[in-house]
Amino acid sequence: MSWNRKHLLDIESLTVDEITTVLDTARAFKVVGERAIKKVPALRGKTVVNLFIEPSTRTRISFELAEQRLSADIINFTAEASSLKKGETLKDTARNLEALNADFIVMRHSASGAAHFLARVLNASVINAGDGAHEHPTQALLDAFTIRERKGKIAGLNVTILGDILYSRVARSDIWALTKLGARVTLCGPSTLVPKTFEQMGCRVVHNIDDAIRDADIINLLRIQHERQRKTMFPSINEYTQLFGLNKARLAKTKPDALIMHPGPVNRGVEIDSEIADSNRSLILEQVTNGLAVRMAALFLVNGGKGPQELAA
Amino acid sequence: MPESTVILDAVAIQRALARIAHEIAERNENDADVVLIGIPVGGDHLAQRLSRVLVEIWKHPVPVGILDVSMHRDDLDQRIAPQVFPTVIPFDVTGKTVVLVDDVLFSGRTTRAAMDALNDFGRPKKIQLAVLVDRGHRELPIKADFVGKNVPTAMGEKVAVRLRENGGDDQVMIERPQ
Repeated sequence: MSWNRKHLLDIESLTVDEITTVLDTARAFKVVGERAIKKVPALRGKTVVNLFIEPSTRTRISFELAEQRLSADIINFTAEASSLKKGETLKDTARNLEALNADFIVMRHSASGAAHFLARVLNASVINAGDGAHEHPTQALLDAFTIRERKGKIAGLNVTILGDILYSRVARSDIWALTKLGARVTLCGPSTLVPKTFEQMGCRVVHNIDDAIRDADIINLLRIQHERQRKTMFPSINEYTQLFGLNKARLAKTKPDALIMHPGPVNRGVEIDSEIADSNRSLILEQVTNGLAVRMAALFLVNGGKGPQELAA
Repeated sequence: MPESTVILDAVAIQRALARIAHEIAERNENDADVVLIGIPVGGDHLAQRLSRVLVEIWKHPVPVGILDVSMHRDDLDQRIAPQVFPTVIPFDVTGKTVVLVDDVLFSGRTTRAAMDALNDFGRPKKIQLAVLVDRGHRELPIKADFVGKNVPTAMGEKVAVRLRENGGDDQVMIERPQ
């Protein structure tokens, strides 16, 4: 058990021990979520600002509920309804929030490195809720938590990540987390979205879906991120579904205990067959439940580590 | 190297627990209402052991739960985040006599946190406190009902409780920094 960080900015800089600490802590918080009284006072009196400069529904709601379950006070801040529209810089916005004595800032931003920037200029703890195409650490942690819970381990598993890797911060964070924890990661999708350069992160890159999923224990599907693609990366959605969509025929050729994950939102009929998304091999809703526990754990852990490091009896 | 002295060995720990169990039995006439709740790390194993002795005395099962108090501590932002354990209370505490079991009683803040945490699970009729070692230095108006051994200590000393459930032999030691 070790955690001595004030921020959670990325997975790349975390040690295996730190990742495991988050997952173990999240297990205890998951049990809290199953109680009649789902609230604990761990962050009582603390103020959390949810600074979502890029639109987000599920991550924002998950963080918000996690903060409420920890008894924190919450300020929600979205780009549409803020002075960023009036020309204020990110730094000034954040400084203003800090002047209100915010203790934590949870930020989603379209620019890679935005969370690291905030962590450098502010005294508050910063949690990265997704920065551009860079990282989405809590998603990777909840994916790792879900895999570990269902498979009992991560080391030695074959995990295939399928879809838009190039523009995906989830893919990057997942690759860091899962390779650190000893999984063998395979990436698959159109060559424009899954360039060979990802092999440098320790992954196998494959452009044929059947090869990619044949030995997989986990198939993690990613959504095609239309909003992040500035030019057309493949001819048509229809062709993408033909070549890379997960359907029953393809799933039949995988290991019978291979499980399917998706960070959401799901485009039914594009990257995944509707029926498969609802099947008992899909972990999609478990991921949502676990995301709450992982975000509670992340907030709980960054709250510590600011004072003297002694353990009182 | 810190200097350490053994204050309780395996035999003394077992004897202390047997005595505490008999005191719990003596104090509580409605034995069917008594449940034990241990505080990790240490208290959960001690609660299991007390339960085994009480089963012999009362001839009926004595339920045992585990209560993690780390989310209820008042010093969370003053130290590194503590290790969190799952809370498992497989029974309703409402109307019960809950005996909280901890290994060492020191400032009393863990006990306060435990009483707060217990609130989330119901309203016990009574809460009693059993500890293996009371080392003094209370910071809150809290007193144990059942004590294995009172040990006067200096603030800088550390009381280490080792239990065979975690590997090794049963032993309580005082460690003095040098």
